[in-house]
Amino acid sequence: MSDKPDVWQGTLALMVLKTLETMGPQHGYGIARRIEQTSGNLLSLNYGTLYPALLKLEQEGAIVSEWGTSDNNRRAKFYRLTRVGRKQLEREARNWEQATAILARFLSPAEEA
Amino acid sequence: MHSLPRALRAFSIRLRGLFRNRSAAADIAAELESHLQMHIDDNLRAGMTPEEARRQALIQLGGLDQTQQSVRERSTLPWAETLAQDLRFALRQLRKSPGFTAVVIVTLALGIGVNTALFSIVNTVLLHPIALPHPGELVCVDASKPNFEHGSVSYPNFRDWQRDNRSFTALAIFRHNGFLLTGAGQTERIHGDLISSDLFSILGVKPVIGRLFAPGEDEIGHASLVLIGQGFWTRKLGSDPNVIGRAIDLDGRAFTIIGVIPSSFDLNVGSFRAQDVYVPIGQWDTGALKLRGAGLGIHGIARLKPGITLAQARDDMNAVSDRLAAVYPEEDHGLRASLTPLRQAIVGSVQPILLVLLAAVGFVLLIACVNVANLLLARANARAQEFGVRLALGASRRRIIRQLLTESTLLALAGGIFGLALAAWGTGAALKLVPAALPRAEQIHVNPLVLCFTFLLSFAVGIFFGLIPAWRVAAQQPQNTLREGGRTVHGSRHRAQDWLVVFEMAAALVLLAGAGLMIRSLMALSRTDPGFQPKGILTFSLAVPYSQAISTDDGARAYLREVDRQIKSVPGVRAVSLSGAAIPLTGNDDEQLFWLSSEPKPANANDMHWSLLYIVEPDYLQTIRIPLLRGRWFTGADRQDTPHVVVIDEDLARQFFPNTDPIGKVINLTNPDNVRATVVGVVGHVMQWGLDNDAGFPLRAESYTSFLQLSKNSLVSTTGFVTDIVIRADNPDTVFPDIQSALHRMNAQQVAYGPETMDQFIAESLAARRFSMILLGAFAALALLLASVGLYGVISYLVGQRTQEMAIRMALGADRSNVLRWVLKRGVTLAGIGVASGTVAALLVTRFMASISLAKSSIIYGVQPWDPVTMIGVIVVLMGVALLACYVPARRAASVDPMRALRSE
Repeated sequence: MSDKPDVWQGTLALMVLKTLETMGPQHGYGIARRIEQTSGNLLSLNYGTLYPALLKLEQEGAIVSEWGTSDNNRRAKFYRLTRVGRKQLEREARNWEQATAILARFLSPAEEA
Repeated sequence: MHSLPRALRAFSIRLRGLFRNRSAAADIAAELESHLQMHIDDNLRAGMTPEEARRQALIQLGGLDQTQQSVRERSTLPWAETLAQDLRFALRQLRKSPGFTAVVIVTLALGIGVNTALFSIVNTVLLHPIALPHPGELVCVDASKPNFEHGSVSYPNFRDWQRDNRSFTALAIFRHNGFLLTGAGQTERIHGDLISSDLFSILGVKPVIGRLFAPGEDEIGHASLVLIGQGFWTRKLGSDPNVIGRAIDLDGRAFTIIGVIPSSFDLNVGSFRAQDVYVPIGQWDTGALKLRGAGLGIHGIARLKPGITLAQARDDMNAVSDRLAAVYPEEDHGLRASLTPLRQAIVGSVQPILLVLLAAVGFVLLIACVNVANLLLARANARAQEFGVRLALGASRRRIIRQLLTESTLLALAGGIFGLALAAWGTGAALKLVPAALPRAEQIHVNPLVLCFTFLLSFAVGIFFGLIPAWRVAAQQPQNTLREGGRTVHGSRHRAQDWLVVFEMAAALVLLAGAGLMIRSLMALSRTDPGFQPKGILTFSLAVPYSQAISTDDGARAYLREVDRQIKSVPGVRAVSLSGAAIPLTGNDDEQLFWLSSEPKPANANDMHWSLLYIVEPDYLQTIRIPLLRGRWFTGADRQDTPHVVVIDEDLARQFFPNTDPIGKVINLTNPDNVRATVVGVVGHVMQWGLDNDAGFPLRAESYTSFLQLSKNSLVSTTGFVTDIVIRADNPDTVFPDIQSALHRMNAQQVAYGPETMDQFIAESLAARRFSMILLGAFAALALLLASVGLYGVISYLVGQRTQEMAIRMALGADRSNVLRWVLKRGVTLAGIGVASGTVAALLVTRFMASISLAKSSIIYGVQPWDPVTMIGVIVVLMGVALLACYVPARRAASVDPMRALRSE
């Protein structure tokens, strides 16, 4: 486990938003599993860190939560993307793509010549 | 990344989270529980044993408690929560020791309260004394002459100055003048100013309705116009907006109203006050207006052109004056325009004393702060064990410091709030003591600036003095404190408290000495002999409109005799005399210019000899009771047709007839014009200028002329006459209404007004002194109180710390009185050191005080700055109070039950 990289600061929120966009309303555990799977199990996600991030997004109005029932008939709190959240996702995704593109250009040896 | 609205939204949710902790916590717990269950379900499905499934789920979550904690921190504001905790704890701590809390809050409230009150006064009086636009450009313009630094300006000189100067945007003059208002109900005496056209535009005053005087309307011979004050407008004309163009009768002449001056306008300089009416100077019906050499009580005010400095304006006006002196040597020789910034003219006399009071009040605040610091220090020491335990249990030093700071800030804030209430009350109380001596007194109130000042002050005090003990506590090693069982007596910490008490004692002594000297000065003044007997004297004025009865010399004299007779018939009145010129101590002055018979007639007025002039009736001597030293006083036999006689005072005799008998000598008087008068008597000198500053005036020689020898023209003008009347009565405070009705019966058209007893004049002349004495006395008493509370606190603390030691001593056979003596000795030593160093400081401070003057004399009057009576008295008082402050805790120490004290170990 220790050789997997941790989740970078600030990217967790983006992952959560993207997950909710893709999967629709989902509970915390579901989001955590999904992020892990999407990363191809390359990412070490401490599930506990997810909850403060969810709370922050909710406080900022990007998501809302509601108690409901899971597939296995368990009571769980479901999170859903809001309009604000959708916009935030678009913007941050764009920013992120730009940032990675710039970095990629720096790091690619071909461009150096 | 985060837009502001979103961050704000999150903040407000978290803020609300502070107050609904319980349900939110349950919610989080439930959510995490469901998370775990789902994870365990999955793990079980993956084939784990139930135990392993739960273990793995918890590991992946990163611990249940940790997660809950981090979510909780995100759901509220952790720092605010700590703050709330600190506040709650601080409140609990403060409530647990109400005595300490009360003393600290009261101490701070007193210190901050008196500071704010005085700062409010200083703010209005010294920092913003003039409520007019660009007050810095305004200067008072007077004529400096040999006997008068700020003498009056003659009308011809004013016109020439106005024309020739290059420094002023405008120059205006004003002169107080009473008017008889007729034709609007009962004849009434009203206050007015004769002004030149520019006055209000210079000052930046706009009329409420109507217009101001236009240029040229102030010239001699122009139509009779008048501006009225808003107060007069309301009182006499019912605020009727249609008064413009209507006429009012002043001194029997019709004046057309052209505008109303706002009642907010006031200029506390010289005689200038908000008035009922303002009349163009050219309307003044006196031939003297055209005389360049006349001193008519006219003063000027001007606005400097932008960019012109006071020094440049002075140079300019000196040049203008010198040119005029060359052209008119007879009148303007030795005369120059003197320029004084308006601000200085208004506050100059009260500025030094207010600064002294401000310094004194600063001392009080310093003592208050020292007291609070001392108490906080003692308390922090007493709580050393508590902090030791908390440190040992893992509390961070930072948290403990924050805790202490919260406590002291809370105290400071409470002190500040109470102090502000005290200030609001105190400002009003202080102003009641002296409404007239301060400019803009009626506009003084606790203003927002002062509010900020107070709060900053209380915060600074709290933070600063909270920091010292906090820093000490944080620096200590918990095991040391714990080992000493809380009976920490660090030598250094103790010395700090001792020094603070010594300082408080010394500062209190300085204030007491200052207050003591002020009290002694007033006592000396109240014993001062003004040269006559002021008790029982009442002065008032009488205005008589022109009539046929007073149109001849004999008629006027008969009229005045009848006035005297009417007044004398009022029960309680002992003696009556008209007074046509100066009256001692009242601010009325007039001058007799003369030259000796041995001298040629001087070319101009300023080369003549000057004396104060009193024009009186034969009964004057009995009325005010001046001792007759030689020769005789006026009698009824000195008449217009008998040789002119004059009575002089001992100062004039000494100055002009040294070593010879002045009786029978002849002098030439200018009033009445160039008459030769024989000196027939010498009377004692009376204090014309005031009890405390008569000696400071260059013009002290006094001469008396009898009314009966003057022609009616020296009194009666075409509008009638106004004269002052001085009476001696058994009941000077209550007799005036009877006099008024007697005079009204005699002639319903004449008005008696403005009664004031000589005692009132004396009280007024000493008002600024009394005001500062009372304030300084109050500050000193406060300082004494605070210092003794400080000493009491330190000795109590000492006793508390040493209870066990003393119990052991007593158990081993020490006498109770030994313990008592030991504690007292300790306190008296501290007080003694404080008193000794305070005495040295006081001697320096009082010497400085002696150099500060109020009006024209030092604020310390009639006593030496090192006055032994004051010093010894103050030391005795301070030591007495110190002994008392030590005795109470000392008694407590001596009455300790040794067994109980030891058992409580």
